Amino acid sequence: MSEIPGDLKFLSSHEWARLEDDGTVTVGISDHAQDLLGDIVFIELPEVGKEVEAEGDAAIVESVKAASDVYTPISGEIIEVNSALEEQPETVNGSPYDDGWFFKVKPINVDEMSNLLSPEQYSEVCED
Amino acid sequence: MKKTFLYEDHLSHAAKMVDFSGWSMPINYGSQIDEHHQVRNDVGVFDVSHMSIFKISGQNAESYLRYIFSNDVKKISSKNKALYGLLLNENAGIIDDLIVYCLEGDFLIVSNCATKEKNEDWYQRHASEFDVSVEYVDNQGILAVQGPNSIKVIEKIFGEEASSLNTYECIKVNGVMIAKTGYTGEEGFEVICENKYLRKIWNSVMESGAKPIGLAARDTLRLEAGFCLYGSDMDESVNPYACGLSWTVDLNDGDREFIGKQAFLEMNEEDEQKMIGVLLNDKGILRPGYEITHVDGKGVVLSGTFSPTLKRSIGLARVDQTDEQIGHVKIRNKELVIEFVSPRFLKKI
Repeated sequence: MSEIPGDLKFLSSHEWARLEDDGTVTVGISDHAQDLLGDIVFIELPEVGKEVEAEGDAAIVESVKAASDVYTPISGEIIEVNSALEEQPETVNGSPYDDGWFFKVKPINVDEMSNLLSPEQYSEVCED
Repeated sequence: MKKTFLYEDHLSHAAKMVDFSGWSMPINYGSQIDEHHQVRNDVGVFDVSHMSIFKISGQNAESYLRYIFSNDVKKISSKNKALYGLLLNENAGIIDDLIVYCLEGDFLIVSNCATKEKNEDWYQRHASEFDVSVEYVDNQGILAVQGPNSIKVIEKIFGEEASSLNTYECIKVNGVMIAKTGYTGEEGFEVICENKYLRKIWNSVMESGAKPIGLAARDTLRLEAGFCLYGSDMDESVNPYACGLSWTVDLNDGDREFIGKQAFLEMNEEDEQKMIGVLLNDKGILRPGYEITHVDGKGVVLSGTFSPTLKRSIGLARVDQTDEQIGHVKIRNKELVIEFVSPRFLKKI
């Protein structure tokens, strides 16, 4: 498994969040999650403008094997989605932490980031 | 957990191993989609040594098999051939699907691994009536070499006598059994031999251009070919009509008695549900259990997946009789249109 970038925070349900310089939060799923799912073949992204609540479902990812909800680690408004994934969902398998991001949230309360797991804590979750 | 003789070889090819009915088996070696294309376009090799092999011996082996098997084994006796069919119970419910091989006068049965115990009980229960012996063969393994280039691979290793076999024919070369059978919808062979020869053959097949293929790709390959999977598409509550397998119930010899015959004869195809293929035009993936509706009734998705070849979702479904070619499926509270088609999504062989 590839190394987890140090600036990421996680939900135990395998989503990552990264606070960007402009104050928005980018969200995706972890390398561990894509490995569990196997080949990803379909992604349903949220609509831009939608309000989401932390730990609520925001997107759907389907691999050949299974369908899975993707939860948002942070509350706010969806301001951008990675629509390239609709045509090339397999990007998530190859680049879960970069090109395979799902959506960006304009957070209501950026302090929610402190509720999330550090890379070390998340790694422990994966080992259980 | 049980391991096949090639367990270490799978690990050395970076296989992801899973528990498959008590066997540790390779689900994929990286990407199940890449492996699927490898079999469709070139050649791949599966270790399917978890499947059960039974040897039926005794003078009455043929009569015995004609009695417990839906298809008529007389068609293959002394012919070096294989025959696909069903084990039926008295109600014509499906106990298992399997292949009977007749090779140099010996009868072998190859069936699913999850049904091993109950099949063995069933075989033994009826063996005494025919004075035959039924033996579970645990010192042999099975490799499936599948794909358009499997012919070249088999020719290189076993010679033209083996590679030129027609579908459902089999042969023995240097103690190794080679049959033109498989469950992928491609040209392909199954190689059955003693465990001690498995690794050598596995390596030779790989050196001849085959790549290892996991059970996940095996599932998408068989689904594209419209082949039923025991436990998903059929079980003892399902009769041959309801899974499109009534063609395996051979009634040509009216004198042949076999288990389930009476119940099967009393059924009317029009009264039973039927097995169809379903194609999803929208994005999304059909999954087992999804409910189907059409103007004449309803149904359910039995197996569903993303078809790597067709690049959209396909499934096998059991529905009430209808001539309609369009229906609806409910996915996450959305009603999506599906097309009803032949389960043979790829009509290759």
